[in-house]
Amino acid sequence: MKIYHKLYDTDIGYSFFNSKVAIFSSILFLIIVFCSFFANFVSPYDPFDPLNISLMDAFIPPFWSEGGDMRFILGTDQQGRDMLSTIIYGSRISLIVGFASIIFAMILGVFLGVTAGYLGGKYEIIVMRLTDVQLTIPSILMALLVDGIARAIISKSMHDEMAIYVLIFAIGISEWPQFARVTRASTLVEKNKEYVSASKIIGLSSIYIMFKHILPNILRPVLVIATIGLALAIIAESTLSFLGVGVPPTTPSLGTLIRFGNNFLFSGEWWITFFPAIFLIVLALSINLLGDWMRDALNPKLKKR
Amino acid sequence: MLNYFLKRLFQASLVMMIVAFVSFSLFNFVGDPVNNMVGQEASDERREEIRDKLGINDPIYVQFYNFIENIVQGNFGISYQLKRPVSELISERMPATLELVFVSALLAITIGILLGVYTGIHRDSFLSKLILTLSLAGVSLPTFIIGIMLIYLFSVILGVLPSFGRGQVIDLGFWTTGFLTISGLKALILPSVTLSLFQMTYIIRLVRAEMMEILQTDYIKFAKARGIDEKIINYRYALKNGLIPVITITGINIGTLIAFSIITETVFQWPGMGSLFINAVYFVDIPIMSAYMIMVAFIFVMINFIVDITYYFIDPRIRLKEEKE
Amino acid sequence: MSFLKIKNLDISYKTRKETIIASQNVSFTLEKGEILGVVGESGSGKSTIANAIINQIDPPGEIVQGSIQLDNTELCNNETLIQTFRGKKIGFIFQDPQTSLNPLFTIKEQLIETIQAHLKLSDNDAIQRAIHLLKEVGIYDAERRINDYPHQFSGGMRQRVVIALSICCEPDLLIADEPTTALDVSIQAQILKLIKDLTIKRNLAVIIITHDMGVIAEITNKVAIMRYGVIVEQGLTKNVLTNPQSPEGKSLIISVPPTNKKIDRFTLISPEGKEITLNSANLTKNIIKTWGIREINNKNIINFESVSKSFDDGSLLKKQDKEDVVKALNKVSFNVIEGETLGLVGESGSGKSTIAKIITGLIKPSSGKISYYDDQLYNDRKIYQSQYSKGQIQMIFQDPYSSLNPRFKVKDIIAEPLKFYQKDLSKEDLLSNIYDLIDIAGMSRQSLDRYPHEFSGGQRQRISIARALATRPRLLICDEPTSALDVSIQAQILNLLKDIQDELHLTMLFISHDLPVIRQMCNRIVVLKDGNVCEINETERLFNEPQHSYTKQLIELMPKIESII
Repeated sequence: MKIYHKLYDTDIGYSFFNSKVAIFSSILFLIIVFCSFFANFVSPYDPFDPLNISLMDAFIPPFWSEGGDMRFILGTDQQGRDMLSTIIYGSRISLIVGFASIIFAMILGVFLGVTAGYLGGKYEIIVMRLTDVQLTIPSILMALLVDGIARAIISKSMHDEMAIYVLIFAIGISEWPQFARVTRASTLVEKNKEYVSASKIIGLSSIYIMFKHILPNILRPVLVIATIGLALAIIAESTLSFLGVGVPPTTPSLGTLIRFGNNFLFSGEWWITFFPAIFLIVLALSINLLGDWMRDALNPKLKKR
Repeated sequence: MLNYFLKRLFQASLVMMIVAFVSFSLFNFVGDPVNNMVGQEASDERREEIRDKLGINDPIYVQFYNFIENIVQGNFGISYQLKRPVSELISERMPATLELVFVSALLAITIGILLGVYTGIHRDSFLSKLILTLSLAGVSLPTFIIGIMLIYLFSVILGVLPSFGRGQVIDLGFWTTGFLTISGLKALILPSVTLSLFQMTYIIRLVRAEMMEILQTDYIKFAKARGIDEKIINYRYALKNGLIPVITITGINIGTLIAFSIITETVFQWPGMGSLFINAVYFVDIPIMSAYMIMVAFIFVMINFIVDITYYFIDPRIRLKEEKE
Repeated sequence: MSFLKIKNLDISYKTRKETIIASQNVSFTLEKGEILGVVGESGSGKSTIANAIINQIDPPGEIVQGSIQLDNTELCNNETLIQTFRGKKIGFIFQDPQTSLNPLFTIKEQLIETIQAHLKLSDNDAIQRAIHLLKEVGIYDAERRINDYPHQFSGGMRQRVVIALSICCEPDLLIADEPTTALDVSIQAQILKLIKDLTIKRNLAVIIITHDMGVIAEITNKVAIMRYGVIVEQGLTKNVLTNPQSPEGKSLIISVPPTNKKIDRFTLISPEGKEITLNSANLTKNIIKTWGIREINNKNIINFESVSKSFDDGSLLKKQDKEDVVKALNKVSFNVIEGETLGLVGESGSGKSTIAKIITGLIKPSSGKISYYDDQLYNDRKIYQSQYSKGQIQMIFQDPYSSLNPRFKVKDIIAEPLKFYQKDLSKEDLLSNIYDLIDIAGMSRQSLDRYPHEFSGGQRQRISIARALATRPRLLICDEPTSALDVSIQAQILNLLKDIQDELHLTMLFISHDLPVIRQMCNRIVVLKDGNVCEINETERLFNEPQHSYTKQLIELMPKIESII
């Protein structure tokens, strides 16, 4: 309770606890993360265990429709797998790829951004040019290129095993420039502040100043970008999987599920695509809402009314 | 002024060179092109023959030079998978993509800027809040889902718009256009709306953020204190000051649209460069991949160049800095 | 009936936690041809009053009650009416000319827009009027310069343009919010004279908001002193400055550094009106024990020999043209003697901060020799030899709001240099050192567990001083340490610095653009202009018999509170 009061007292805490949107979206997000993390326990079935599936159960509609079955609340797909279970497991893949790629992008981008901003000189110019060039290339394209090159280099069988890592790398590589650019700009501002000069006069090393003094002061915009970036990463992964160049079909993510279901849209089995799609949208929406709230709450320039 | 242009031109060429080199490396060193072309059965002699013909045994700089020479003449090699010259494939499909991108860009940019300016100026009106909520939804909806939803609604349920293809196109020789037929125009509607939606919402939010920041600057406060009419302040001053970042956004967005067209073309089976590229990635068809990379880099670099030139004419501070040198 | 009549004005800000009172029961009057100065420390509410008159208070502030009458018309909370008054009857000047003008529009466009917003003039007539105005405010070559952009004007010129913009529609009331704070002393004098001339010529009623008592003395007829949102004293300037009645007034006036003599310490008056005397001898006992007694000889602690510094752009590809190079220092030579306080005085661009940065190793010199006692601080490759000056040279900075890391607790800020220089300090010793330092800086020990943002500007400077003393320096460089502080706080900090110097036998290099402050603090003075040394002399001799023309100019232009008396 004491922690609650302490948090509530800060500006951010107050803003959070008073924003229905923020509370709602974070609860939603936490539920999804929890479910996918503990998929083994939460999910009614294990849809990838061949013993559990029977083709006899294929194409069953959701339980409220005609022909529905209470055993499969959201219906089954073309192989007889329970939709709810596949969605929960699928969202786990989506979240893992999303988190991992954003963390990768964040570490790489923040490191390059802070060092470029602080050390300056030719190093900074090169890093910034690299960032500029890469920012003009949209992330999807970047991810596709990296993926394509990876496919060309790695043999097909190994590729399936490595697909997730390649994907994380591809999406991460496409997102790091955002972090680099923002952290460099913030570092430049902090660099000119007098507490940095004071630290230099004391004799503290550059690395110490960069990571102990400057870094804690520039984390705010990084958090905002990370949150919004997470949503983008999840969308990117699902897009790539939908296009067929994402995770291998043996460990389907939400995007893969949508791709499977797309084939049956016209023949009337709408639920196979619909539910994964809704889930994906809800996931992305909750993250975006959170990120949106965070951006406004952490922005010192916006005058509060 | 000439200096400024030349400097930018030089930078652009540098970037193109780098892209060309990466593409070249892809082409030559990734995988074995010979294997890709002739399969497992061919004899070693035959392979040597092909290697010579392809020039693989020549030193690198010769190969690179030949590569550049080919590119400039429009020769991108032959597709591994489709066994046709890549340049032919690209020129067949380019009009489809460009028309789609053009219409989407028009939609995204005009509506995006209009709504962005409105929500930036009238921060608290009900309409603004509505637009913002919808735009949040737009950013959370992946493009392919929008496409699928629209197809389901308008093709399956309502049956008024086609769900795939370009409709009937008129062949103008070097260009095939869908603008001149009703079925062509009908076929454009869903894909272009799909493609533009994500960008539109992005632009709305960015423009809004820009406008809000500008409206808090000192020079706006001073203009208000001088009694200048609010309408003039909003639409003349703030807009002109907001133009610079908006132009950057626009430039980047055309690039993004080209990339996202890959997705849209896949969903709608639109016969453009994007779907060609996706197939190439799937089948590891390197000539197409590298050609696509170069084409797209070229378009991006050109857009950047145009954006830089436009800055020059809009921001007097840049003009004066360059003139001093 | 007075031209401007403010009566019982109450303004407050409703935030989520509380209601902050920005101003309470404020009343004053103003006639045409009069200049009223509203002076007070930051946070006293003076700017809020100005904004209230034109109804431009930042939300969530609002006028709770009161009356604002201009020429018998009630303005309070009447937005539609005030819309017509802004620019036409009331002109407003903001502080920073750099950000007041829209960088993308020419001066002509901005002038014409304003003129045509209120007066029905054709384009040509408006242009003529604009040119006329520019000439009136002292812009040469107005016909040509009207087509220029704001960034093509210097700071002082820009402020003239701003003034032209605010009077272009013939207002009767002119409000200037800190109009000269962002300008150099010489420019400041010109702008003040311009405002005074315009007041007489156009019979304007003028309100000047400032924290600078010198400005008040120079041009105002009446003055109102504000503190915590309340007017504590008002009346004719001459009366208030020579014989302040209120304790706040007394405290304020007595804190202003005299320009015509040197005093030992500033007298400090508490808000209740009593004199404060601080005895720091006790506090420094501990520190002296830890440091050991220092000897003072007459050696040169710092020697600058023909030092030059040029800044170049540092672009990857281009070679720098001769004209683009900024020459910050040009063959500067001077020395600092042990135990003295040497002053570096000059306007912006004079190079004084550059000198400080070179001594501390933050910037490399382009050429010349800099020595600390007998050691060269820079080797042949211009690398700073910190081993000679390790911890012995320290600095306190100008901006109290950026000199402390907002994420560090005060105790950690002070502990950092201690731990760096004495790696095997035990926990108890570290703590007692920290206690000593915070005591000598005049702050309570409870402040150690707090964060910088909980403190005021003056308190933050004290923390900076504590941090600087942690490494037991011999030389303390003070780079404009009180320029961002209010006058009475400035007096306290300057007293503290003098006390510390006396007790701990420090040598000080004191940098400022504020001549009266320099006079009070320094034994000798170096006058700098555009990177060149103009004059070096002992303080009293410099002020009484200045040799260089620039020195003479500076002394003449400095706003003197004694001018009233």
